Amino acid sequence: MTPGVRRRVNVLMSGLAAVAAGLVILPLLLIFGFLLWQGASAVNVDFFTHLPKPVGEVGGGMANAIVGSLILIALAAALGLPLGILGGVYLAESRDRHIPWLARFLADVLNGVPSIVIGIFAYTVMVLPMRRFSALAGAFALAVIMLPIVMRTSEELVRLVPASLREAALALGIPEWKVLLRVVLPAARAGIVTGAMVAIARVAGETAPLLFTAFGNRFWHQGLDQPIAALPLQIFAYAIAPYDDWHRQAWAGALVLIGLVFVVSLAARMATSGRFTGVR
Amino acid sequence: MADGILVRGLNAWFGEHHVLHDIGISMAPKAVTALIGPSGCGKSTFIRCLNRMHEVVPGARVAGTVRVEGVDVYAPGVDPVQIRRKIGMVFQKPNPFPTMSVFENAVAGLRLSGVRERAVLHEAAERALRQAALWDEVKDSLTKSGTSLSGGQQQRLCIARALAVEPEVLLMDEPCSALDPIATAKIEELILELRSTLTIVIVTHNMQQAARVSEATGFFLLGELVEFGVTRQLFTNPRDKRTEDYITGRFG
Amino acid sequence: MSVVAAIPQSAERAAPKNIGDRALRIVLKAAALAIVLLVLAMAFEMVRTSVPSMRTFGWSFLVTSTWDPVAERFGAIPFVYGTLVSSFLALLIAVPLGLGAAIYLAELAPARIRPPIAFLVELVAAVPSVIYGLWGIFVLAPLLRTWVQPALGKTLGYLPLFQGPPYGVGMLAAGIILAIMVVPYITAVSREVLLAVPNTQREAALALGATRWETTRIAVLRYGRSGLVGAILLGLGRALGETMAVTMVIGNRPEVAISLFAPGYTMASVIANEFTEATSEIYLSALIEIGLLLFVLTIVVNALARLLVWSVGGPVKTVRE
Repeated sequence: MTPGVRRRVNVLMSGLAAVAAGLVILPLLLIFGFLLWQGASAVNVDFFTHLPKPVGEVGGGMANAIVGSLILIALAAALGLPLGILGGVYLAESRDRHIPWLARFLADVLNGVPSIVIGIFAYTVMVLPMRRFSALAGAFALAVIMLPIVMRTSEELVRLVPASLREAALALGIPEWKVLLRVVLPAARAGIVTGAMVAIARVAGETAPLLFTAFGNRFWHQGLDQPIAALPLQIFAYAIAPYDDWHRQAWAGALVLIGLVFVVSLAARMATSGRFTGVR
Repeated sequence: MADGILVRGLNAWFGEHHVLHDIGISMAPKAVTALIGPSGCGKSTFIRCLNRMHEVVPGARVAGTVRVEGVDVYAPGVDPVQIRRKIGMVFQKPNPFPTMSVFENAVAGLRLSGVRERAVLHEAAERALRQAALWDEVKDSLTKSGTSLSGGQQQRLCIARALAVEPEVLLMDEPCSALDPIATAKIEELILELRSTLTIVIVTHNMQQAARVSEATGFFLLGELVEFGVTRQLFTNPRDKRTEDYITGRFG
Repeated sequence: MSVVAAIPQSAERAAPKNIGDRALRIVLKAAALAIVLLVLAMAFEMVRTSVPSMRTFGWSFLVTSTWDPVAERFGAIPFVYGTLVSSFLALLIAVPLGLGAAIYLAELAPARIRPPIAFLVELVAAVPSVIYGLWGIFVLAPLLRTWVQPALGKTLGYLPLFQGPPYGVGMLAAGIILAIMVVPYITAVSREVLLAVPNTQREAALALGATRWETTRIAVLRYGRSGLVGAILLGLGRALGETMAVTMVIGNRPEVAISLFAPGYTMASVIANEFTEATSEIYLSALIEIGLLLFVLTIVVNALARLLVWSVGGPVKTVRE
């Protein structure tokens, strides 16, 4: 092959690779653009404050779905974050022989389980005994999804805290548990918060596990042991329904949801980029 | 001099960090030139400027003239890929391609140039491996992975790989620093054998090695070429006090 | 008299005398055990609730293609077929794009645009499945129905793959949507695999006079190939379990059909659609057994993927999934 041919092949392959990168990103722009175009007009005050209207009537909003999602996320975080962080700290700190390996392996397994299967699990342990769909069951499913993400980021962050910081505290005579709580965790705090944000952004959009746990509700929920509406569930229900007005509201809901997810992802990314350039 | 390596006013930067200051040096063809100096003095950066490897690092910059065997390496329109084809390089840590066999490693450069005929490749591999004093040790295991060899053998394989494309110049960046004394001795022997057939520039932190293999030596300090001259003279009667301090071990 | 400083025993051997330390250890261990138990409980529960179906249908469940809730005869074949075909189709599209984008990001792109593009790829992965489904129903399916499928039918209609009426929704739509959703994962993991290839390999190739692409080809891709296979398997793992987007565009018909234009059904979709409609215990149990199949399948694929990815650079620290 002559040098000229090699040069041209180089340019061609670089071009193809760039095109591939562009194609990977293209759907993002298409979808966001489409949502803006179709959904922006339907995002108004009504959308945030009204309940869904009866079937067939125009108007109404997704207030209950938005509030429902917030409640589910809050509950899931209350269940999943403490357990996940403690688990991650355990993996980083423990010198046991077998349990860390087992816990890490199973957390990895859990990470790869489809969310709908986790929904089935939540159904069998919460919906069946309680004999009803409930916010608690939905929150449980979301918490289980969050768990491996939170564990992994917590473990990494705790490991990143420099040993010198730990040793300085220990040398002052502070017991290990206090060193962990007062020195190590605060140092890792920003990263753990970021990890929590990433996990929340992930579960905010989950629909499948809620289909038969939280189930959805066209009205305000009557209690945490009752079915509750959620934004992704509502979007799904409206999208597959035959009413144009509902379609428009689905686009509006999707716009709100994707906006939420993007903002949280961006914030998490900005927080970590500052952190890691310093530590590496 | 149209042959050999001629450098004038060479400056190099990593971003804002000015690492080579106005280097001027004339290295004889078909001879061995050694470059010595303490860590971080710029000698590795210098030889990387000769085959345009320095600019591969993001943010790295070069200014000045480098003429290798009459060719201005940094002339506008010159393709670095072509330059590197004519200048071979051996690195500090042996880096044979692990997914290729010994034979494939040796002829990697030739295959890149489009040489396909098995006979030509085999002949070239044998020639290069003999030149690298490795043929006898590997001739029965040419299909084994490149990384199945010992450290010293891997480095000689890398030398063979560089020699197979018949370069005019061979650059060696501390080629023995990762090897044991016996492997080092073999490579020094090899350099002495190659001496009159190509231009060799070797960077080393081992002064005895420089004294053993080279005809001319340059002493680098903090990005400057402090002294350059015939090896024996530089080591027995250095002109610059800094050179004398380094050679007698007062620092570095 | 010499005073010998007592060197404290290394902490892992001595039991901490401090109440606080012991309490902390117990709490942490309890958390880890709780997580272990949780995953084991999940496996156990899935098996337990599948038992009625397993007892009724036995192994024939895996080879029957009838799905008849009225007559209460259930077989998993249409869903396994749908899952595998849609995932395979997705990989066909996503692998070249994903690898190409990873090569671009890791080797060829100018340094300054790498971080923003890498971030945009992450954002693609962050878009919720239901939103992809929404776009699929209202943009992709009509596009396929109006332009793409008729065109394919006219040009390649002699192939059984492209026969049948152009519904828009169906296997082709599902494959495309899955490809869009899976490609950022393949890109992200492949990129990390490529970045883990030691720089000395690239230098060896460059010093021989290789162009950037040739360097990538002989030094980087070959070195990282097992990791790249792992990245592809990770993408497969995600495709297998993807639910909402597929449900919204696949047409939901439990039949095995050769044509890509035909509607289909996947394991995840049938669970999503019919779980709340399951009127009898056996119906529910059959659905859960399908969930169990999916569970096992994804575990195996993901475990294999992880092994391959780690073989290149060691355990990957951050896998954003």
